[in-house]
Amino acid sequence: MSTSNAAPAAITAIGLRKSYGDKVVLDGIDLTIPEGSIFALLGPNGAGKTTTVEILSTLIAADGGEAQIAGYDMVRQAAKVRRSIGVTGQFSAVDNLLTAEENLMLMADLSHLPKAEGKRRSAHLLERFDLTEAAHKTAATFSGGMRRKLDLAMTLVSSPGIIFLDEPTTGLDPRSRRIMWELIRDLVGQGTTIFLTTQYLEEADQLADRIALLDHGRLVAEGTAEELKRRIPGGHVRLQFSDAAELDTAAGLFGVANKDEESLTLQIPSDGSVANLRAVLDVLDTTGVTAESLTVHTPDLDDVFLTLTGKPAQDTTPQKESAR
Amino acid sequence: MSTAALTPAKTAPGGSTAVRDSLTMLRRNLKHMQRYPAMTISILVMPLLFLLLFVYVFGGAIGTGTLGPGTTRDDYINYLVPGIIVMTATSGAVATAVSVCTDKTEGIINRFRTMSISRGAMLSGHVLGSTIQVTAVLALITGVAVAIGFRPNASVVEWLAAAGLLIFLALGLSWLCAGMGMNAKTVESASNGPLPLTLLPLMGSAVVDPDSMPAGLRWFAEYQPFTPINETVRGLLMGGEIGNNGLIALAWCAGLALFGYWWALRAYNKTVKR
Repeated sequence: MSTSNAAPAAITAIGLRKSYGDKVVLDGIDLTIPEGSIFALLGPNGAGKTTTVEILSTLIAADGGEAQIAGYDMVRQAAKVRRSIGVTGQFSAVDNLLTAEENLMLMADLSHLPKAEGKRRSAHLLERFDLTEAAHKTAATFSGGMRRKLDLAMTLVSSPGIIFLDEPTTGLDPRSRRIMWELIRDLVGQGTTIFLTTQYLEEADQLADRIALLDHGRLVAEGTAEELKRRIPGGHVRLQFSDAAELDTAAGLFGVANKDEESLTLQIPSDGSVANLRAVLDVLDTTGVTAESLTVHTPDLDDVFLTLTGKPAQDTTPQKESAR
Repeated sequence: MSTAALTPAKTAPGGSTAVRDSLTMLRRNLKHMQRYPAMTISILVMPLLFLLLFVYVFGGAIGTGTLGPGTTRDDYINYLVPGIIVMTATSGAVATAVSVCTDKTEGIINRFRTMSISRGAMLSGHVLGSTIQVTAVLALITGVAVAIGFRPNASVVEWLAAAGLLIFLALGLSWLCAGMGMNAKTVESASNGPLPLTLLPLMGSAVVDPDSMPAGLRWFAEYQPFTPINETVRGLLMGGEIGNNGLIALAWCAGLALFGYWWALRAYNKTVKR
């Protein structure tokens, strides 16, 4: 790509803020995303992920802060930003009454591609996304996985340099999720920058070059998956108890620990070293608390979340993103 | 242009883009109509039902009351049909509001909003599609009316003027209903909004002479938009005094179109969702 204003960063944002009434959704977000990389914004429901995507994709206005997308100011040059981006939102944005092929051709026409080029790209995308058989069926008849694939294919028709994917695999079965992951990886191979939001730690770990953790409208950590894992001393040990009383007693003995009443387990941050394990066992021994079993867990992004936000990522889902 | 490098296939925005994008959206909506003919049929059924009902069921009784003693059913057809044709022009209103609101509540509007397409294109596509649909239904209803005894005495120019006014009315109502669709919370409420519009002609001079109405309603009938439109269409097709009704009719249509355009586009551009 020979662009005269080639910036090393595809997306930069400084101090993005957004509130809905009294509720602060984004409380000062700074981002720098290099061209050709996958960036994952990771956080529980209600953290502000969708709002961030909506602001950066010119869908809603921020209350404060600035951002440049593909070198263009997101407010003053919104039309130019729109020409550089593609967005696949959390809710399927396909035309139900049109066939897969017609949906793709609609995108080609709206992108002002010559007819032949539009046809060529549509056919190519149908094949690449394994939708050729469904090309002449209306989208209303599609399964969730097929709709999501068509949705992404529609975003790709105009070959945008920057793609926003807002929870691209939420609600998909494991097989469809793996297929989406493959498709997303392929895109970056072609130099596309991807801004991904997800509530799945595994997804961020699998796909992203850089990950930022969003919690209550603030970025609580940013780095590569490796860097983030390094920020915590190690993984954790998991103690299984036979009854709730034993679990409660044990929870009181260890300072930072995550108690799961349902499975009667206790997670204690740990670097996995023998010395650390011995210390845990010593505490149990001297206090006479009996654990059924002990497993050592190597660090993953769940641990990062636990350490940085004081709570596990997946247990914070009750409140729906109120921005909607 | 320096931006061309990022997205080589796209042209610069401008007036031609607005037309091109609107036509693309129009093609989309024409395909919808083809896939989902139930809507077009429902648009056709209502005025057809009213035409047959008023000619054959009420026609004998109303005709004498409206046009004086000694008038036949055929005389009443000639009075009634211009009114029914105006009602027909309102029949696409519900469909426009529903299809616009469906786009709004499904995710696709946000896709359009994040694309570099002319801001009014999605709405123009709906409005143009609906206007074409209504024009076709108008032609059909007029054909049926002629078949059951409607005998207009209009010249070609008068026919064209009547058709022009009716299409302009359909366009104005379509924009108004696009505004309703964009500002309705649900598809259900969007489908209720335009209903009064389709009944409004009845409370004017569409099927009876407003002089026969009680004072309050008569006053309303005189000043509501459909009466001058009715009178203009009736004057053009059947002869008779049009007076300043023609100008008032055009002003109403233009007003509806401009207000609807502004109202719908404001909602499309609104940056806060729902």
